[in-house]
Amino acid sequence: MSSQFVQFLIAGINAGAIYALIALGFAIIYNASHVINFAQGEFVMLGGMMTVFLLALGMPLPIAVLLAIAATAVAGMVLEKLAIEPARGASVVTLIIITIGASILLRGLVQVAMGRNFHRVPPFTGDDPIPVLGAALLPQNLWVCGVTVLAVLALRWFFTRTMWGKAILATSHNRLAAELVGINVRLVMLVSFGLSGALGALAGVLIAPITLTHANVGIMLGLKGFCAAILGGLGNFPGAVAGGLVLGLAEAMAAGYLSSQYKDAVAFVLILAVLFFLPGGLMGRGSTERV
Amino acid sequence: MLEVAGLTSHYGRIQALQGIDVRVGEGELVAIVGANGAGKTTLLRTISGVQAASAGSVRFAGQDITHMPPHGRVRLGICQVPEGRQVFGPLAVEDNLKLGAFTRPGHEIEAQLAGIYRLFPGLGDKRAEPAGTLSGGQQQMLSIGRAIMARPKLLLLDEPSMGLAPLLVEEIFRTIVALKAEGTTILLVEQNAHAALAIADRGYVLETGRVSFEDTGAALLGNDRVRAAYLGL
Ligand SMILES: Nc1ncnc2c1ncn2[C@@H]1O[C@H](COP(=O)(O)OP(=O)(O)OP(=O)(O)O)[C@@H](O)[C@H]1O
Ligand SMILES: [Mg+2]
Repeated sequence: MSSQFVQFLIAGINAGAIYALIALGFAIIYNASHVINFAQGEFVMLGGMMTVFLLALGMPLPIAVLLAIAATAVAGMVLEKLAIEPARGASVVTLIIITIGASILLRGLVQVAMGRNFHRVPPFTGDDPIPVLGAALLPQNLWVCGVTVLAVLALRWFFTRTMWGKAILATSHNRLAAELVGINVRLVMLVSFGLSGALGALAGVLIAPITLTHANVGIMLGLKGFCAAILGGLGNFPGAVAGGLVLGLAEAMAAGYLSSQYKDAVAFVLILAVLFFLPGGLMGRGSTERV
Repeated sequence: MLEVAGLTSHYGRIQALQGIDVRVGEGELVAIVGANGAGKTTLLRTISGVQAASAGSVRFAGQDITHMPPHGRVRLGICQVPEGRQVFGPLAVEDNLKLGAFTRPGHEIEAQLAGIYRLFPGLGDKRAEPAGTLSGGQQQMLSIGRAIMARPKLLLLDEPSMGLAPLLVEEIFRTIVALKAEGTTILLVEQNAHAALAIADRGYVLETGRVSFEDTGAALLGNDRVRAAYLGL
């Protein structure tokens, strides 16, 4: 294996993990409400920028990171409470436009409060590269992958082993039946937005030490996460993870072997290909419904 | 136990309920029959709270629940088996049943599950399969089992025999009679008016959002106008 290839592989997996986290956020909200939440990228931005803000206040890094994630989860719930819930019954397109409006608002607020500069979050555990097969692996790369794996496992446990996780799945499948078994579907919506906020923020704080962060960082990351979610089949959790990895790797290879100018185009080419050949997404499955 | 008074409800500008008075006493089995579009489903939806009442009131066990959210009513013991079964298709049969007990304390669930599998042995054999792969009859059993998991005080059944083969229809009606014998209060909506009135203590005939007849099941079965209009006799 050439060391160059290993380096691209590291970059691809790193980006793929971040896209996967963002895509999971899209999937959770899509399942709960059929809304494509275009403010998902802003959750990523908030995670990084709030960490920067809290560090500037003098907080230690672990506390700042956890608080930033918690605050973004709250921001997600506020978005649901103030913007999505009052519009209940409106068309899905209306709701999507509301999320676009919310994303512009969030971006604007952060620009006003913290300016348009790039900010650095220190790496969690130093930045001495670890040589691997001739390539350089950053400790932060390990954090990105390790935490993403843990988050995916935790989500899987939540959705397959806990009653609350199953209640969220049940609500996404059949809201009426969920109400009739006594699930508080409004609370399900709040929890879903909170969870998506936390996942987005997690992605944001993990990647900030590697790529820097700024008020507009959420636009492109949100779009990439959206692409990953579509690649995997919107609302499909394993698909979102697979879509993220495929996209991250494809981008890294295209940037490395073709030209870094093509990097951002890869996502859109992949989407077109998938929509054309596999309309259900990479993990599209036959319906199990019987009528 | 349940008192519905002057209840009206709308879908947009269509008024589906035009002022309904219905009461169900503790332990009673009350049937509601009526033509397609009479408002039977809307009545059950409004009692469960998934459809808003425009006027009138719903009282349960002495409490006004007209504006209570649906999950609150389930906690009080009002459980509905909705029209068209509405199982959680991708989730396993057992998960569907466990979700039925969402409002109940966790330690009850295993005993409740065992009870459902005794009542519907076919479900026990398929407990790990996605509910969407069951046959129509089994999905109906599952939908009923899911509601029973919540230990309902008042069970609302919306056309439980719809679309089922005669043998299964018989089984469903036997189950309803057995549930009543155990003391569950039941409000049964049926297009199979004859069978429903035959097992009911009392019945209501609904016509375009109004109650047009109200009597004991036996009396309605003997009423010439009801027989002509709804029983095809
Ligand atoms: N979702 C809806 N939107 C608009 N109108 C509706 C809706 N559901 C029902 N209606 C109307 O409300 C009235 C009552 O309908 P409902 O479903 O309660 O009748 P039903 O007695 O249950 O009929 P069926 O025997 O066909 O189940 C009908 O005129 C119907 O057209
Ligand atoms: Mg109906």
